[in-house]
Amino acid sequence: MAKEFVPNIRQLPKFMKEDPGILPGHRACAGCGCAIILRQLMMARRKPLVIANATGCMEVVTTIFPYTAWKTPWIHVAFENAAAVAAGIDAGRNKLQRSGRFSDDPDVSVDYDVVALAGDGGTYDIGLQALSGALERWHNFLYILYDNEAYMNTGIQRSGGTPFGAWTTTTPVGSKIKGKPLTKKPIVDIVVAHRIPYAATVSPAYWVDALKKFRKGLETEGPAFIHAFGVCPRGWRTDTKDTIKLSRLAVETCFFPLYEVVNSEWYLTGPSLTIAKNPERKKPVEEYLKLQGRFRHMLLPENKWMLEKFQELVDENWEIILKRAKNV
Amino acid sequence: MQKVVKQRMMALNGDEAVAWAVKQSNVDVVSAYPITPQTLIVERISEFVHNGEVDMEFIKVESEHSALSACVGAAAAGARAFTATAANGLQLMFEILYITASLRLPVVMVVVNRAPSGPINIHCDHNDTMGARDSGWIQIYTEDAQEAYDSTIQAFKISENPEVLLPTMVTLDGFFISHTLQNVSLLPDEVVHEFLGVRKVPKIKVPEIHGDKEVPLMLNPRYPLTFGPLDLFDYYFEHKRQQIEAMMRAYKVIEEVHREYAEISGRSYGDGFIEPYRIDDADVVVVGLGSTMGTTKTIVDELREEGKKVGSIRVRVFRPFPRERLKKVLCNFDAVGVLDRGISFGHYGQLYTDLCATLYGVKDAPAMIDFVYGLGGRDMPPKLLKKIFEEVLEARVKGPEPVFRIKGVR
Repeated sequence: MAKEFVPNIRQLPKFMKEDPGILPGHRACAGCGCAIILRQLMMARRKPLVIANATGCMEVVTTIFPYTAWKTPWIHVAFENAAAVAAGIDAGRNKLQRSGRFSDDPDVSVDYDVVALAGDGGTYDIGLQALSGALERWHNFLYILYDNEAYMNTGIQRSGGTPFGAWTTTTPVGSKIKGKPLTKKPIVDIVVAHRIPYAATVSPAYWVDALKKFRKGLETEGPAFIHAFGVCPRGWRTDTKDTIKLSRLAVETCFFPLYEVVNSEWYLTGPSLTIAKNPERKKPVEEYLKLQGRFRHMLLPENKWMLEKFQELVDENWEIILKRAKNV
Repeated sequence: MQKVVKQRMMALNGDEAVAWAVKQSNVDVVSAYPITPQTLIVERISEFVHNGEVDMEFIKVESEHSALSACVGAAAAGARAFTATAANGLQLMFEILYITASLRLPVVMVVVNRAPSGPINIHCDHNDTMGARDSGWIQIYTEDAQEAYDSTIQAFKISENPEVLLPTMVTLDGFFISHTLQNVSLLPDEVVHEFLGVRKVPKIKVPEIHGDKEVPLMLNPRYPLTFGPLDLFDYYFEHKRQQIEAMMRAYKVIEEVHREYAEISGRSYGDGFIEPYRIDDADVVVVGLGSTMGTTKTIVDELREEGKKVGSIRVRVFRPFPRERLKKVLCNFDAVGVLDRGISFGHYGQLYTDLCATLYGVKDAPAMIDFVYGLGGRDMPPKLLKKIFEEVLEARVKGPEPVFRIKGVR
């Protein structure tokens, strides 16, 4: 791996102005956390990106013919196959590089990093098979999961990434069943089980941590995976001004710990490492939940058990990660 | 007129013949998943790759859906991409079939025709590729291993023609052709290389983004393009119209490529679209697809010896459908028997309905009977074919009713 990348806040604005990768004016909702993730990815580039985007929010908001927000080569094929499309791009790039077919063509470059981009539906659920296959085959690409915890693009239906208790349009708060009775799939565990060289979690609130990880993912030889936390004001029923606050609280409450898994070794990073060393800094998850309409029912006295269960789930998950972390 | 080149004869089955065509066609990326009776194709290509006999990337994917998806990615990246499948595998690709055609990517796929489940079956019928006939792919149905080899090579040239830019599906009958040994003439490698070259990426103008510059139509950081954007009621239809028009332009290209290939190889299949056999003075003909049409020729010969004026026409290209050619030729006969190794449940066989649509309202249109046969690999013995010819001859006097006849079934 190359020398560690340290984002330079003085140079970034110039870099992003000259070569933004993604342009403003797209149709993401106000306060969209996922759009911020895309900008942060672009800030971490070492060379041009070619992006294979699954069907979903980021595909829909960045394109509508004849408009595009992408100033980088980009392809959308379908919902469940971002990893397979990226695999094909990787293979094509390898052969074209090896054969030198375009080496004399000033109009073509085949020197780029391949990124697959998909939401939680396209990763936890319908795209899991293609993802697993591409990881097993050791393609040289970075897979970015932007997780807004439900099928937001189709109108807030639950996914394998929706957390316990959350209201969605397919897990309504009924008189009998209140919100999602099941828990969030441990997607990073599943990915890491493929023994890939690099996996990490990022939250846009901690942008230096995020940029470093995106860059490491891009520099990794072989498959890399980044689980990015994407606040969705529409689907979570949150105030648009709270997006970064929520992105921070998710980490501070240990609902979404920040870590990286390098060659199957786990390391906590940034604020999560601080909390691990200073457990008193871990905030109660209620602080995170209470800002969100999707968890409103859990704060009612009669549903106190749900709040308690949510806290238990967070604690259990945090304990598991603490046990794994090599740097604690 | 180019001189026919000297060729090497090899004993190959249909699958192996396809693998050889792929090996010689400067394919950059193969992405495929095994399924009977296509497996020999992926096995042979794997051997070529693992023995260093060919320089290509072979992505051994975890499903057919990913097989075609990876081909789409590779083709968009500027590579020549190939896949092969059958039946259920083709059905798993269904979503991506339409997208490949809509992205105008010149992917070539060989489908070894197999009856779709269920019940599960591994033998030949045409319901798998017939199900994909409306997906926007060019479809070529071959009769034997030699033609499967020839057509696979031709397919790249057809698909990559800038006037076309559509994916092509080449089919061969499962087991009847895929697993049956035949003497196949192989062109020398360098002749195929010269015929096809490497994949050339067409250039397009995108004035809103790249001004007057003609930019390569590929994923390319020098001139970034967006492939597969959201496309609603305000433009989708125009893009479909472009696909319709590309299919219309494909007629000429398919014919040219077939002719050019014939000049080098000495082999042709009718005019590339339909292959008539002893039809000049025929009273009736039988029309069909695939390997059965080989047997049909033998039956035509036998019946001719008995003094019966019969002939046959094999439809080679099913999409774009050679409607003008068929319209012209079929009006010469009193009656036409259509062999369908497929069925649209609740209607007729697919070839029959297309021929009816072609001949609707045409003066002197022949009486037409649909013979559905051979589903799930059920044999079509010569005796049965003879009986079908007799029924078509009878229809000259008695008329075509009933027009729908199921043959060779208990």
